[in-house]
Amino acid sequence: MPFSPSNLETAREILARYPQKKSAVLPLLHLAQDQDGYVTPDAIEEVAALLDLTPALVLGTCSFYTMFKREPVGKLLVSVCTNVSCLVNGGPDLLTHLAHQYADDPDVTVEEVECIAACDLAPVLQVNYEFHGPLTGETAIELIEAYRRGERVARTISGTATNSLKSAGSSGGTA
Amino acid sequence: MAAEELRVVTKFLRERPDDSFTIEAALENGAYTALRKALAMTPEDIVAEVTTSGLRGRGGAGFGTGQKWSFLPKDVFPRYLAVNGDEGEPSTFKDHMLVEGDPHQLIEGVIITAFAIQAHHAFVYLRGEFGLGAERLGKALQEAYDRGFVGKDILGSGYDLEIILHRGAGCYIAGDETGLLSSLEGERAMPRIKPPFPAVQGVYAAPTIVNNVETMSTVPHIINKGGEWYASMGVNRSTGTRIFSVSGNVEKPGNYEIELGTTFRELIYGLAGGVKGGKGLGFFIPGGASAPWLREEHLDAPLDMDSVQSELKTMLGSGAIMVFDETVDPILVAWRLSKFFAHESCGKCTPCREGSGWIEKVLYRMAHGYGRPEDLDLLLGFGNNLAPGLSWPPGMTTICQLGPSTMSPVVSLRNYWYDEIKERLAADAARRGSIEVRAAV
Repeated sequence: MPFSPSNLETAREILARYPQKKSAVLPLLHLAQDQDGYVTPDAIEEVAALLDLTPALVLGTCSFYTMFKREPVGKLLVSVCTNVSCLVNGGPDLLTHLAHQYADDPDVTVEEVECIAACDLAPVLQVNYEFHGPLTGETAIELIEAYRRGERVARTISGTATNSLKSAGSSGGTA
Repeated sequence: MAAEELRVVTKFLRERPDDSFTIEAALENGAYTALRKALAMTPEDIVAEVTTSGLRGRGGAGFGTGQKWSFLPKDVFPRYLAVNGDEGEPSTFKDHMLVEGDPHQLIEGVIITAFAIQAHHAFVYLRGEFGLGAERLGKALQEAYDRGFVGKDILGSGYDLEIILHRGAGCYIAGDETGLLSSLEGERAMPRIKPPFPAVQGVYAAPTIVNNVETMSTVPHIINKGGEWYASMGVNRSTGTRIFSVSGNVEKPGNYEIELGTTFRELIYGLAGGVKGGKGLGFFIPGGASAPWLREEHLDAPLDMDSVQSELKTMLGSGAIMVFDETVDPILVAWRLSKFFAHESCGKCTPCREGSGWIEKVLYRMAHGYGRPEDLDLLLGFGNNLAPGLSWPPGMTTICQLGPSTMSPVVSLRNYWYDEIKERLAADAARRGSIEVRAAV
């Protein structure tokens, strides 16, 4: 889907903030993913056009970064760490448990990720980039179900929906 | 073994965990007083003060911060400051805490540094996965703009600065100094050949200083209390304090800010409560996944960046200390780390792109009972093309440090368990019988 009118405006604000607008590839891909849930082929074309780049370059960048999804994912993205501090604290079992539990659930996507920098919480996972840990298989499922029921606020996939970027840049030091 | 923290950059966020990230609390605590002081100084004086402090980069390489700033070519503008908050070295979680817990301290350090190097744009490259971090830093930045600490004519000094919060998108190598620059330019985060160093040609081919979040967060304290005060702490050329992230099989995993020169034993047993469940220590990794491992006999060594490298042949790196108890299989840990490196290799240099994948495959079979008797020697053989010399610091056949780092776990296996592993592999092979599947010739 193309950017909505308000997101297109945000996109133009973002790219104007950088000394060279090519730097806006990552933020605009985040914006597109926030809107559509994943980075669609249309979004690649549109970001390229906005930044005067080729779609091939934008796709090349997009495919390099693990947070950008090029296929739809569930409303809840559960990222389970299995790197070494989690490895010795039950991370792989947690991953297996959740992957099995949500194998056929279209709303929940479970993925294995590399160290997410919260090792004191091992085994740790993120639900839409919100940190939680330490967890067992049971407490993790309780948590995910609480998100599903709306008892916890699940932000959008790339977690930029707070628009902190927008407000920080656009104020421009007028204070 | 008595040990206590010496808190400088973590003092405020520990004292007021509920609201340390708000501007009101930060101002009560004296935030931005160092900025006022710095704006009254000359940029050269600020560089000199930081050089006096002996502060060294807290991201991993440990390069002198003031020295790095002084490498900027004279009279070449514009210049940029890029702050590295892409914390991805496995088991490091200190910058994560600093961004979430005390964003104003970071912003103040960024403004002072940008003023010192005469940059008018600063980028804070924050790891994409840090949702709350981005939210708090974004809000703090907005507050700093609103109060005139950032933007045009900062506090009436005539100095202008724009700070751009730039979020990554999931990539370890974007945390490499030059990988970060590529990423900041909208491309794959592939590291670049040095020289030219970023101070000469960085983002947009302009002079750029890349500094870590913890380094930036330390700068306001040095300006407030003086370089000599900072240099009075620490040991030898490792001055001041550092945050160490302790995790794995310990009773109290967490971030501990301690004076450099404290011993591993004081940190692991004194502060982190020792090995979980009273078990014996198997081994520990002192500086993130890239660092060669240490064991019991190294516990009384001081946390001194130079002696750890020269005497223990490893590094303090990013300050991540991973502790493993005696029941943990070192081959399994080596395999998992190699899987990380294979996943994160950017693919630019052939030895790393190919080597990291093969190391992972061979370690996988070794860890899971399918190893062949010659496997460890096989790894050490082709691994010598990735980390020539198989020691630390390693030789380089790749542009960045990721390549040789892939061999650190294997070198550690060789250093401590060579004979044991050979026996285990032989036993595994014998148990499986003589059937070997080989490709037809």
